[in-house]
Amino acid sequence: MTVPLHIGFIPLVDAAALIVAVDKGFAKAEGLDVHLVREVSWSNVRDKLNIGLFDAAHLLAPVAIASSLGLGHVKVPIVAPFNLGINGNAITVSAALHAAITHELDGDRVDPMATARALARVVAARRRSGAEPLTFAMTFPFSTHNYQLRFWMAAGGVDPDEDVRLVVLPPPFMVDSLKSGHVDGFCVGAPWNSIAVDHGVGHILHFVADILVHAAEKVLAIRQSWAEKNPGTVARLIRAASRAADFIEQPGNRTEAANILAKPDRIGVDAELIQLTLDGRLKISPDGTFRENPRYLLVGRDTAGRPDPAQAAWLYSQMVRWAQAHSSPDALRAVMAVFRPDLYDGAMGKGADVATNCSIGAFDGPAFQADDIAGYLASFEISRRRS
Amino acid sequence: MTAEQPPKAEPSPKIVIVDESPIRAAILEEGLREAGYGSVMRISEMHSLLARIYAVDPDIIVIDLENPSRDILEQMFQVSRAVRRPIAMFVDRSDAASIQASVDAGVSAYIVDGLKKERIKPILDLCVSRFNAFAKLQDELDRTKSALEERKVIDRAKGILMKLKGLTEEEAYVLMRSTAMREKKKIGEIAQSILTASELLK
Repeated sequence: MTVPLHIGFIPLVDAAALIVAVDKGFAKAEGLDVHLVREVSWSNVRDKLNIGLFDAAHLLAPVAIASSLGLGHVKVPIVAPFNLGINGNAITVSAALHAAITHELDGDRVDPMATARALARVVAARRRSGAEPLTFAMTFPFSTHNYQLRFWMAAGGVDPDEDVRLVVLPPPFMVDSLKSGHVDGFCVGAPWNSIAVDHGVGHILHFVADILVHAAEKVLAIRQSWAEKNPGTVARLIRAASRAADFIEQPGNRTEAANILAKPDRIGVDAELIQLTLDGRLKISPDGTFRENPRYLLVGRDTAGRPDPAQAAWLYSQMVRWAQAHSSPDALRAVMAVFRPDLYDGAMGKGADVATNCSIGAFDGPAFQADDIAGYLASFEISRRRS
Repeated sequence: MTAEQPPKAEPSPKIVIVDESPIRAAILEEGLREAGYGSVMRISEMHSLLARIYAVDPDIIVIDLENPSRDILEQMFQVSRAVRRPIAMFVDRSDAASIQASVDAGVSAYIVDGLKKERIKPILDLCVSRFNAFAKLQDELDRTKSALEERKVIDRAKGILMKLKGLTEEEAYVLMRSTAMREKKKIGEIAQSILTASELLK
């Protein structure tokens, strides 16, 4: 018997495993009849998942956590039994800001500490001259993009709440806003950074892999109550997504995968751009400079699919750092219970890749310890943490 | 409808409609005004949306769900120096049906935190009914358009049959209708096949 499912997604490259699972038949092979629904906002995805219009969704990992804690919205416990993407974001800046940072740069341009310190000098010079503060855009208050931007600039001494303006902007508006000068930089997922470069309006300053070696980005999100009632369907969905992720990661399949993803009702951008993203080979400057990093976006490699509760704890630590959440042992337990490696292992059976790469690998601060968030956060000078 | 009467004692809440469809926004504004809500503003320009909203300082913000800018509004929940009054999404936790109805209709509401549920509920209900009315209108318009298209196709197919088989207009129509009935298809589909076939055989 086939099980009909409605699954929401946002047209981004890290929805790849979900889209390929459906369009390449991996979902059908598991007996699932998945209807993918393309959405325009994370708020819509969250709400439709919460009220049951969606059985599952491609969701920002921090939204799954916020929803489970009831932050900013109704509390609906979510489980994430599969990671759809690790890393995959980039920080892009305008030509003017790129020139200013390059001018102030004292070190390697791919070293985020060097660029963050250069940004601090740019910010200080602007303040002295009475210029408006710089504006940076990210996609959602509870987003990896928000935390990654803040983590990077704060390391260089830029207070993200005091020294710059940080605003939410839907990804489709980012390129135009950079062009018109309404924003000076942004952190967003693929393909939007590449589109800004292709339009000649942006320079990719950092891949998120420069800032965090291994960062949970999007998850396959399911309501906890639904997952408990439908364990078999959840397992089938995990297997379908995992097989699709494996398919995408075979270099020989990349062209086919990119063509599937490029379709207008899926991601709807140029297949070549998607393939470059999957290959981790991105044009970073309008002058044609390319940069390659195999860790740009991990869809199935390096145990990417298996959820790691330490990743959820790190995201929660950032919510605490920036005063979106209070710190409490109960909340931490609830947060770590969102990421469900047990469901992943159960679905994948013997041979499941259990050696999850749990190292966040941040360029600044001590190694992350989930059991000592207060100690971890105490080592960061700039913080909104409430005691 | 008494449910749509704003309370007399308190001043009418300031409502902002964020909608890129000017017709739908106008229909909604008219509905709200008819129901006695005097302070209604429309925003259709998404650039600097938050600044526009802060300038109006509304009690209630209504936004369509097809609008990517909805995520921008989520920023208003955050502690921020830019926000004078805290905003929350309107969620009536005691009434799952009303959430479902609003998502189905494609509309969502954000409110100044602390505004009483009794004051918001009738406004949201009105938005839902106007959004549904608009969707129905749109649907009817689409159907009228496709009926007109179908009418044209049938007329052209009739012309082809009359010419090729030497039939009268009525005979040509009867032939198509009986074929449609026999093949359990719509007459429009039969007409379309005639047009396709005649193109191929040209």
